[in-house]
Amino acid sequence: MVFKPVSSPHRHAALSTARVMQWVIAALLPGIAVLTWQFGWGTLINCAIATATALLCEAAMVALRGRSIRFYLNDYSAAVTALLLAVALPPLAPWWLVVIATASAIVIAKQSYGGLGYNPFNPAMVGYVVVLISFPLEMSSWLSPQSLLAAGTSHASLGESLAVVAGASADGWTGATPLDLFKHGVNGQLVDTFYAEQPLFSGAALAGVGWEWVNLAFLAGGLVLLGRGIFTWHAPLAMLASLALMAALFWDGGSSTSGGSLPLHLFSGATMLGALFIITDPVSSAVSTRGRLVYGALIGVLIYLIRVWGNYPDGVAFAILLGNFAAPFIDNYTVPRSYGHQRARRATEHPQ
Amino acid sequence: MRKVWETPGGIHPAENKHQSVGRPIGQLALPEQLVIALNQHAGPAAEPQVAVGQTVLKGERIARSGAAALHAPSSGTVVAIEQRPVAHPSGLPAECIVIACDGRDQWAERQPLADYRSVDRQRLLDTVAERGVAGMGGAGFPTAIKLATDRPITMLIVNATECEPYITADDALLRERADELLTGVDIASYLLGDPAERVVGIEDNKPEAIAALRAAIAARGADHAPVELAIFPTKYPSGGERQLIQIITGQELASGALPAELGIVCQNVGTLYALKRAIVDGEPLISRVTTVTGRACAVNGNYDTLIGTPISALLAHNRLAPERLARLIMGGPMMGIALPSSELPIIKTSNCLIAADDTEVAAEQPAQPCIRCGLCAEACPASLLPQQLFWHAQSQQHDKLEAHNLFDCIECGACSYVCPSNIPLVQYFRAGKGEIRQQRADKAKSDFARERFELRQQRLEQQERDKQAKREARKLAAEQAKAAQAASQASGDEAPANSAAAMIAAAQARAAARLASPEQQREKLERAIASSRARLERADANLAAASAEGADAEALKPLLAGQAAAAQKLAQAEQKLAALAEADSAASPATESTASADAELDAAGRAIAKARQAAAEREALSPAALLDRDIAALDKRLTKLRDKLVAADDDQRELLAASLAKLEAKQQALHSQREAVADGV
Ligand code: SF4
Ligand code: SF4
Repeated sequence: MVFKPVSSPHRHAALSTARVMQWVIAALLPGIAVLTWQFGWGTLINCAIATATALLCEAAMVALRGRSIRFYLNDYSAAVTALLLAVALPPLAPWWLVVIATASAIVIAKQSYGGLGYNPFNPAMVGYVVVLISFPLEMSSWLSPQSLLAAGTSHASLGESLAVVAGASADGWTGATPLDLFKHGVNGQLVDTFYAEQPLFSGAALAGVGWEWVNLAFLAGGLVLLGRGIFTWHAPLAMLASLALMAALFWDGGSSTSGGSLPLHLFSGATMLGALFIITDPVSSAVSTRGRLVYGALIGVLIYLIRVWGNYPDGVAFAILLGNFAAPFIDNYTVPRSYGHQRARRATEHPQ
Repeated sequence: MRKVWETPGGIHPAENKHQSVGRPIGQLALPEQLVIALNQHAGPAAEPQVAVGQTVLKGERIARSGAAALHAPSSGTVVAIEQRPVAHPSGLPAECIVIACDGRDQWAERQPLADYRSVDRQRLLDTVAERGVAGMGGAGFPTAIKLATDRPITMLIVNATECEPYITADDALLRERADELLTGVDIASYLLGDPAERVVGIEDNKPEAIAALRAAIAARGADHAPVELAIFPTKYPSGGERQLIQIITGQELASGALPAELGIVCQNVGTLYALKRAIVDGEPLISRVTTVTGRACAVNGNYDTLIGTPISALLAHNRLAPERLARLIMGGPMMGIALPSSELPIIKTSNCLIAADDTEVAAEQPAQPCIRCGLCAEACPASLLPQQLFWHAQSQQHDKLEAHNLFDCIECGACSYVCPSNIPLVQYFRAGKGEIRQQRADKAKSDFARERFELRQQRLEQQERDKQAKREARKLAAEQAKAAQAASQASGDEAPANSAAAMIAAAQARAAARLASPEQQREKLERAIASSRARLERADANLAAASAEGADAEALKPLLAGQAAAAQKLAQAEQKLAALAEADSAASPATESTASADAELDAAGRAIAKARQAAAEREALSPAALLDRDIAALDKRLTKLRDKLVAADDDQRELLAASLAKLEAKQQALHSQREAVADGV
C-alpha cells in the first residue's frame, strides 16, 4: 500500500468558515424579525435586494479574478455583508440606494482588496458610508415604529412597500430616529422634560420606542454567537463599556447641554448591531485579545464623539471605519507575550 | 493531591482512546525479519557493528552510536545492511540492519543490575547508553544524555500525559506495570542525584492508570523516595514539556531554555519503563508498547512490539481491512506523520499506529482565505498569533516571523485543528522555520567568505602599492643618471670614456637594465605565490568544512588531492623566487663597487643615495631573510598538517602523510639552501 504524504494534524474541528457565516446569519434573524415587526416590510425587502446584489457582484468579481465562483460563494460571506447592510439601511429605502450600497461594499471594499480576509475595512460599513455621504436625504428618512403611527394607520402593506421602494412617496409612514430626534430636538430643554414630551421616548422603557427592541434583539443574537465561540467578548465589551463611560461622563445630570442618557446611547441607533456584528468582524479588527480591547474601546469613544459633537446623529459606521483604519497600528503594539518570553514584542521589532 | 496550574490555549479533540485500552497488552508472533533503522535516535546515525552473514543473539549489540546503542531484538542472522524506507519526517530512506529471525528468540547473556545504587553514577549512565535507552515519546533523544545534566536537579517529572487522541500505550503500561515504572523512576532519581521531588503528571481521562499508580505507590516500602501524582484536566497539548512544567510547577520555561535550567528533568513513561528493564533486568531496549488503532483495523489494542517489526505485520494481526484504510499514521493524529507505506519498521519512538478510515481523518479540502477569526490564537499553547505568522509566512517576511516568535511554535497543530478556513498553518510554520534556518546558515557562510575576500583584497592592494613605490624609485634613479650624463657632456669636458660620470651612468644603466627583468620576474612570481597561497587557503578551508560536516573519506579524497596540488604549486613558486633573489644579490656587489667610485661627483650624489636605497631594499629581501620567512611559513604548515594527521581517520591519513612527506622534503631543501646562503654571506 502506498499513500500520499500529508502533513499533520490529521484531524480537524468541525467548524468551518461557511459554518461561521451561517451562524452569523442565523444570529441576525431576531434583529430582522424585530425590525420587521416595528417598521414593516421594508427590512425584508432590503434583505432581498441586498442579498441578490451581493451574490451577483461577488460572482462577477470572482469570475473576473479567474477564481472558482462556487468555492467562493459557498463561504456565505457575501450574504453576511448583504444582510448587515440591509438591517442598517432605512427600511423602504429606494431600491437603487440598496443596490449602490451593496455593490460598493462587495466590489470596492471587499473584492478589489483581494476578497474575503484581505479587506482592511468592513465592507458593510464602507457601503453604508458611501450612500450616507452621497444620499443624505434618503438616508435620513426612517419610518415610525408601529405604535407611533397615526391612529388608524398601519405599516405599509407589501404592495405599498414595494411601490415606495420603486420610487413612490413614503409620507405618512416616516418618522425620526431617537438619536436624530435627540440631536435636533432638545433645543435647550432639560433631558427629562424633553423625554416626557416626545412620544418616541415617553413610550419607551430605555431608549426610544421600537429601537430598544431592535437593539435588544441584536444583543440576543450576538450573545448566541459569543456562546458558540464565534467571536470573543473583548471588542464588544470594550466598545459598550467605553461608550457607556463617555455617556456617563457627559450626562451632566440631564441638563440642557447633556450628551444624552446612557440607555439612549447603548440601546438606540446601531449600537448593538455595531458592537456584536460589525466590530466583531475579525478581518477588519485587531487580532490579539489586548488589541481587541483597545480597538473596541476606541470605537466606543469615537461613536460618542460623532453622535454628540459631529454632524451625524449616529456615528457607528464612521467610528468603525476609523477603528478599522487604526487596527494594524493597534496590532503592532499589542502582540501578546509568548510563552517563555519576559515581555511582548512589537510586531515591527527586529529579532536580536 | 498536588496543586496544578492552568496553561494558555489548548483544544479538546475527540479522544478516541477507549477502542484500544479495553484488553491487556498483547503479544505478537515473531516476525520473519526485523529491520533496525540506524537513524532512530536524535543525533548522528549509529554505526553498524555486525557484518552481513553474522549470527546474532537477542539483545546483542548490533550498532553503536554516541549515547544509545542498538541491539538485535531477536536471535537470527544479519542478512543485509542497506538503505530501506523508514518512518522519518523527511521521508528519506535510511541505512538499516536487517535480521532474519531464526525463531529461537535466544537471549544473549543478560547482566541484571538490581543493586544499581552500588554502581558509580557515571558508569551507570554509560550502561544506560550501552543498553540503548532513548526517549520513547518524542524524538528518540538518548536518555543517558538527558540524565547526565550537570545542573542540580530538584524535580523529576514523569510525563504520563499522553495528551494526543488515540494513543494509549502509556495508559496500558501504567495499568499493568506501574510498579516497574516506579522502579524506573527510582533509577532515574539516583542518576539525577536524588532530586527532592518526583511527580507523575497525568490527565484525568485515565482513571484506571491513576488507580494503578496509586496502588503501586502505596505498595512501596517506606524506604523508597516518595512519588507524587499531579492530576489535571484533559487538554491538548498538556503533554508538551513546556506545558507540563507549567501545569505542575506554575513556572514558565524561558524561550529557548532547557528544563534543567529550572532544575527539572522530564521523562516519559515508556522511557522510564525501558530504563527499568535495561538496568534491573539487563534487557536492552529491544521492544516497546505500541498502540494499534483506527477504524480500518477490526481489532484495536496495545502490543509488546519488537523494534524492527514491520508495520504490515502489526496491521495484519489487527485484521486490517485495506479497502477502508484512508491514511496510515505513526504517532497521534495531531503531530504524527502520515506513512507512505505499511512496509516500514517499528522504531523506538513508535508509540501508536492509526489505520484511519475516511471518517477519521480530515478530508483534504482546499484552504479558504484566513478570516482572521482568531480561533487559532485562542488555541495556541505558546500564545502566538498564528494568523499573523501565517500572513507573514505567505509573504516570506522572515524578520516579521521572528518578531512574532515563530521559533516558540511547538508545532502542536492546535491552530490548524481549529482553523475554520482549513489552512494548514503548521505546514507553513515548519517551512518558515526551515527557510530561516537555511538563511542563517547561508549568511554565516557568506560572512566568512566575505571576510576572507576582504582580507585578500587588502593584501593584494598593499602589494600593488609596494610595487608602485619601487617602480617610481627606479624611474627617478634612471632620470637622474641621464641628467648627470647630459650635464657632463654639456660642460664640454672631453673626458675620456672612463671618466667617473660615464662610468656611473653606464653602471646605472646596466643595473637598471638588469634590474628590470628580474624585477618583472619577481613580480610575476610574487603574483603566482599570492594566488597559490589563496588556493591553498581555500583548499584548507574546504577540507576543514567538509570534515566538520562529517563527510566520509571518499568525499574528502578529491579535496585532499586539491590541497596537495595547491601546496606543491606554492612550493615551486617560492623556490623560484628564492633562486631569483639569490642571483640578484650575487650581482649586487657590482652596483655597490660602482657606487663607491662615484663618491666625488656632486651631480650623481643623489643618484647614489637612490642606488643605496634600492640596494638596502634588496637587502631587506636578502636571500637569507627570504629563506627564513619561507622556512617559518613552512614550519607552521607542517605543524598544522601534523595535527590534522593525528585527528584524521585511516583513509585521510594516507593522503595527509604523503603531503607531509613532500613538505618535509621541502623543508630539508630550504634549510640546506639557508645554510649555503649563510656561508656565502
Ligand atoms: S483560525 Fe484560520 S481563519 Fe481563523 S484567524 Fe486563524 S488562520 Fe485565520
Ligand atoms: S502549531 Fe505552533 S502556532 Fe500552532 S498552535 Fe501549536 S504552537 Fe501555536
